[in-house]
Amino acid sequence: MATAARKAPAKSKADSKSALTTPKPADFTKQQELDAYRGMLLIRRFEEKAGQLYGMGFIGGFCHLYIGQEAVVTGIKMALVEGDQMITAYRDHGHMLAMDMSPRGVMAELTGRRGGYSKGKGGSMHMFSKEKNFYGGHGIVGAQVSLGTGLAFANKYRGNKNVSVTYFGDGAANQGQVYESFNMASLWKLPVIYVIENNRYAMGTSVTRSSAETDFSHRGASFRIPGIKVDGMDVRAVKSASDMATEWCRSGNGPIILEMNTYRYRGHSMSDPAKYRSKEEVQKMRSEHDPIEQVKARLTEKKWASEDELKAVDKEVRDIVADAADFAQTDPEPDASELWTDITL
Amino acid sequence: MPIEILMPALSPTMEEGNLAKWVKNEGDKVAPGDVIAEIETDKATMEVEAVDEGTLGKILIAAGTEGVKVNTPIAVLLQDGETAGDIGKAAAPAKAEAPAKAEEPAPKAAEASASDAAAPVPAAPKAEAAADPDIPAGTEMVSTTVREALRDAMAEEMRRDPDVFVMGEEVAEYQGAYKITQGLLQEFGAERVVDTPITEHGFAGVGVGAAMTGLKPIVEFMTFNFAMQAIDQIVNSAAKTLYMSGGQMGAPIVFRGPNGAAARVAAQHSQDYAAWYSHIPGLKVVMPYSAADAKGLLKAAIRDPNPVIFLENEILYGHSFDVPKLDDFVLPIGKARIHKAGKDVTIVSWGIGMTYAVKAEAELAKMGIDAEIIDLRTIRPMDLDTIIASVKKTNRLVTVEEGFPQSSVGDFIANQVSRQAFDYLDAPVITVAGKDVPMPYAANLEKLALPNVGEVIEAVKAVTYR
Repeated sequence: MATAARKAPAKSKADSKSALTTPKPADFTKQQELDAYRGMLLIRRFEEKAGQLYGMGFIGGFCHLYIGQEAVVTGIKMALVEGDQMITAYRDHGHMLAMDMSPRGVMAELTGRRGGYSKGKGGSMHMFSKEKNFYGGHGIVGAQVSLGTGLAFANKYRGNKNVSVTYFGDGAANQGQVYESFNMASLWKLPVIYVIENNRYAMGTSVTRSSAETDFSHRGASFRIPGIKVDGMDVRAVKSASDMATEWCRSGNGPIILEMNTYRYRGHSMSDPAKYRSKEEVQKMRSEHDPIEQVKARLTEKKWASEDELKAVDKEVRDIVADAADFAQTDPEPDASELWTDITL
Repeated sequence: MPIEILMPALSPTMEEGNLAKWVKNEGDKVAPGDVIAEIETDKATMEVEAVDEGTLGKILIAAGTEGVKVNTPIAVLLQDGETAGDIGKAAAPAKAEAPAKAEEPAPKAAEASASDAAAPVPAAPKAEAAADPDIPAGTEMVSTTVREALRDAMAEEMRRDPDVFVMGEEVAEYQGAYKITQGLLQEFGAERVVDTPITEHGFAGVGVGAAMTGLKPIVEFMTFNFAMQAIDQIVNSAAKTLYMSGGQMGAPIVFRGPNGAAARVAAQHSQDYAAWYSHIPGLKVVMPYSAADAKGLLKAAIRDPNPVIFLENEILYGHSFDVPKLDDFVLPIGKARIHKAGKDVTIVSWGIGMTYAVKAEAELAKMGIDAEIIDLRTIRPMDLDTIIASVKKTNRLVTVEEGFPQSSVGDFIANQVSRQAFDYLDAPVITVAGKDVPMPYAANLEKLALPNVGEVIEAVKAVTYR
């Protein structure tokens, strides 16, 4: 009996589409390595500056930094085409920068100024750009998964070949509406890539304490959604997995799950003392798996960039971030009349 | 120029902390992300990371110092080529340009609200709803059920705009749990008439997501009782996105379905959500009574660029009313309709509540009381002007609804009337509502829980001192 029960899923597995395997990391050209380096560094420096401005009282409320996870959005963006959408939860600054939203506009939103993407009315967790196809920026854990599925529904309804990239964390993966969405996405073959950014901790609760199935790539099994695990610290691995996933969706196969194994260096939010993990664990990830250092090492090893050239990239990024920070501190607050605008059209 | 490192705040409420420990010493090289010190508050110990690259030139606040105010310089960082001699020239990052209020530690919540009280708040803009369109003389009036009127409204709008689609449980092949979507699948196909699994939270979110891209979904809930599973997506995603995005994107979506009590379906299937949704800025809430209003307002709701909650009633579905036979009959959202003019008392109701008002009015007429009935039609934005004008004429007001009495729609109307027309009132406003109990199943108890015509008559007699 037990043997039969074990065999049955193996058979159905062969029938279903979950035979997908994680592709090898992409072979990057010099330009791709340089682009990835610059893209990730911009997010890193931007977030460090955001943390500093928070410490100085310029940024209020909650502020969730993306430091450590930069390879995920950077690698995925490299696989997207015009019109593809992104949507995520509240750890969203990196996603916006990856979608080429203006650092000034994002930083000014963090400081609650009129030049922010939401005129200062959304803040860190609620930011959008219709122009750049970034659909937020959502503060309710898991809500973005149904919304992102709706973006994919719209792509299919319109008959375009675009893909909705819907991000959520290992914590949100336990919300009920995630599975309601999985069911509909698979049933209707919607072009959505569910990117589970598994950074191991849902706020202060580790995945082993919150999740009965800790292999998140299997979370779509009941809905026949294939999934693969990806080294989310290696931008090349993210890129090749994303190439496969976008191709999968654009070919009409329906949704796919990418479990990105990643790590956030900072606390859940700024006021998180991070007592639930050891300093050694954080230090080990930083020193051995840092996504930016990996690219830097390859660039240096292959002599694709000299120390001076890398310094020049650093300086360019630093200048962009400094300019964004200056703007975000000097731009005026929204006019009082904005209190009453944008409620209904 | 050397850079001052400031005492950071760990939260918007932190004003000071202890400098527990220096991890780096004077003369050490630091890179962005390096931990340089540890600070403590009453809540936590946190690491301070360097943001800039350089050499720790001078420590200004010694380890172990308590009560260090946020934004106090704690160290000076020297950049390439700088020496200790440059320290006097140190500049705090951006601090000089910071607006005065940002330099202060964030105020505590209580202080903030105290200062807010004194600040002038700009007045809310007043929304003006258009009047109903004129119906040309000689227009044929066709007796139509509310059910048919709703179906016709959807079909006409789907013919007009390919971005409009319907989704919900049993809307397609089953032809609608209450047959409101009858025939739509046959005319528009399965791409535009979408049967969903039983998954309210999920498909409400899918609908809102599709709407954020500019599609115009009509999301049918088999009843609004089930929409409680989806209310987070309705309130947090649909209603607030326009504001949170600074006007960039919203959700042109209609959530519709039967609301309130039907008959003998008891507590979990009998709730009236008019007051709930009317609470939310960013939503429009429509609750028609007649078939003509159902048709004209549903067409308006589908065209409206905002999320609209369209509250129907199962009992009214089978009621017939005259509907003008016009190619494109659209009514304004936000405009009440004077159902019957009168001079002695104003009765305001909406949706199924109108059935009690209409019957009561007939009885009151026999007693010589000439009641004015206002069918509110839209709960939000509310046409208070029409109510106030009527009360200024009749000096008496009764509201009628089936929903729970506490924080009811009638309560809001009574409050607004007492603020805007207090001097015109000759009696306290009476709000007739459902009883403050979960809906019972037993037929006799259910009848007691709902309002009835007798209660409306008694309320009118009370405010007219008869």
